[in-house]
Amino acid sequence: MRYETVIGLEVHVELATASKIFCGCSTKFGQEINTQCCPICLGMPGVLPKLNKKVVDYALKAALALNCKINQETKFDRKNYFYPDLPKAYQISQYDKPIGEHGYIDITVDGEVRRIGITRIHMEEDAGKLLHESDPTSSLIDLNRTGVPLIEIVSEPDLRSPEEAREYLMQLRNILKYIDVSDVKMEEGSLRCDANISLRPYGQETFGTKTELKNLNSFKWIAKGIEHEMARQKLLLDSGEKVTQETRRFDVNTQKTVLMRSKEEAHDYRYFPDPDLVTVEISDDWIKEAKASMPELPEKKKIRFMETYQLPEYDAGIITGEKELAQFFEDTAKEFRGEAKVISNWVMGDLMRLLNSENKEISDCAVTAKDMASMLNLIEDGTISGKIAKTVFEEMFLTGKEPKTIIAEKGLVQISDVSELEKIIDEVIGKDIKSVRDFQNGNKKALGFFMGQVMRQSGGKANPKVVNELLAKKLNAFEIKE
Amino acid sequence: MKVTMETVEHTAKLARLKFTEEEKTAFLGAMNDVLNYAELLNELDTENIEPTSHPVPLKNALREDKVWDYTLSREDVLKNAPAEESGGFKVPKIIES
Ligand SMILES: [Zn+2]
Repeated sequence: MRYETVIGLEVHVELATASKIFCGCSTKFGQEINTQCCPICLGMPGVLPKLNKKVVDYALKAALALNCKINQETKFDRKNYFYPDLPKAYQISQYDKPIGEHGYIDITVDGEVRRIGITRIHMEEDAGKLLHESDPTSSLIDLNRTGVPLIEIVSEPDLRSPEEAREYLMQLRNILKYIDVSDVKMEEGSLRCDANISLRPYGQETFGTKTELKNLNSFKWIAKGIEHEMARQKLLLDSGEKVTQETRRFDVNTQKTVLMRSKEEAHDYRYFPDPDLVTVEISDDWIKEAKASMPELPEKKKIRFMETYQLPEYDAGIITGEKELAQFFEDTAKEFRGEAKVISNWVMGDLMRLLNSENKEISDCAVTAKDMASMLNLIEDGTISGKIAKTVFEEMFLTGKEPKTIIAEKGLVQISDVSELEKIIDEVIGKDIKSVRDFQNGNKKALGFFMGQVMRQSGGKANPKVVNELLAKKLNAFEIKE
Repeated sequence: MKVTMETVEHTAKLARLKFTEEEKTAFLGAMNDVLNYAELLNELDTENIEPTSHPVPLKNALREDKVWDYTLSREDVLKNAPAEESGGFKVPKIIES
C-alpha cells in the first residue's frame, strides 16, 4: 500500500546568553566538567532561582520571528521525572502558558511554498550531560549544562517528507541565527531535533500511531533517520502488524532506528506551577522593543532579492540563508556595474567553494565586498578574463590583497591589443595547416581548437572576444600554399 | 474525587517508593482524607476568578544576564556525590541511553 508520511518536529535550541537561566553560572561550551555549577543549578535544598531577563528577550524574539501569538502572561512549571542528569528531579519548563503559540514558518520544497504550523515555543532549563566513557556498568555526569537556557519549538504535524523536515529545520536554524539568539551549532548540541513520525494510507484523515525518533542531531542524518523509520513502519503495516507508540533513536553506525522505551513506561510528568518563580508579564512596550530589534528575516529577504536583483529563487534562497552572506552580496551589488546574477554565480561558486574547503565563515573571509565588486568590474571592462579572474580571486581569498595589486604583481592583465594578439594567432595558425583546412571546409570545431591554442600561448591572458573576431577573419583569409 | 488503590500504587511508583499492603491501605485513607478536605473549596463560586499560579502578587522578578562569582570549585560540586570518577558524578548505567 502507499502511505502518506506525517512528521512533526520538536527542536531544542540553547540560547546564547552569557549566564544560565536561573543562576549566574557561565554557559560557556567545552569547559572542564563540573566547573560551572553552583547551589542553584545543582538543585541544593533551599535555594531560589531567579530568571535571566535576556532569556525572555531571546525567547520573545524567537516567538515573534516564528509568527507566534505571544502569551503576555507567561509562567514556569515543574516537570517531574527522575533522571541522573537532572539534580532537582524536576525540570523547570513551561506547561500551559508557553511564551508563544500558534505560529508558522514558510518553507519551499521543489518550488512549492508550504506553511508549517508552530504549535508552541516555550522556555526551559537544559539538563546535564551523561558521559558513557566509564566502565560498562556506570555512567559519569557533567552538570555544566544544567540550567543553560533552552527554547523548545514544537511544530504541528504538517511535514510530509524527510526533505520537508530537513528544509523546515534549515529554515528554523537560519531564522534563529538571523535574530542572534543562538549559535545554532548542531555539533555542539545548541540545536537538537526529535521527530514524531507516523504513516497513514493516502486519503485517510486520522493519523496513524506515531513513534518518536530522538537525537537527529545533524543535518546529514535527519532525512536518513526519518527515511529509515518510515521504511520500518511501512514494513510493519504491510505485513498486517501494528506500529506501537514508542521512543526510538537513530543509530548512525547500524543505520537503523532502535527502541529506547515503549509507551507502557511513558512518563507521567505531573506538571505544576513552580512556586519559586513568579509570573512574567510581557508588556506591549516589551514586544514593541523586541520587534524593533528584529532584522529582515530570511524569507522576506529572499523575495526582496528576487525582485530587486532579479535573482532566481534558488540563488536568492542560498544567499539569504545567512545574514552575513546576504550583506556581502548587497554590498558587492552596490559597487558592481554589471548584472547581479554575476555576483551570485561567484558567491555560490568560487567563494563558497573556497569557504567550505577552508572551513571558514563569510565573517572571517579576507575578501571584502568592495574588492569583490572591483574584481567583477575588471572582468566587466575587459581588463581580465573570467578565467584569469579565478586565479585572481583565489589569491584575494588567501591574501586579502586588492585585485588590482594581484593583477599588477602577477602580470595578469588581459591582452586586448590587436597587433599583439595577431602575432600569437599567426604563429598558432602557421603551425597547423590541417586544422585551417578543416575550418575552411566548414568544420566549426576547428575555431574552438585555435581559440584554445591562443589562450594557451598567451597564458590565458588573451581577450577571448577580440581573439574570436581576429581568428575568424584570419582563418577565412588564410591562403594555404600546397 | 476518590483515590483508588491503583492511584496509590501509581503515585508510589512515580516516586520510586515501595510499600507494604498495610502501608498502602493507610495511604489510601490518608490521601482520600486530604482530597476530601480540599473538596471544601468547591463550595466557593470561582466562576470569574483567574486560577492562581502564585500566592505572592509579584511579577517579573528578573536578573541581568551576568556571570557571577558564586560558581563552586569542582571539589565542592562533587562534595555530595555518591561516587565520583574523572571529575564526574558516577552513577549506575542508565539503560535508556
Ligand atoms: Zn549555577
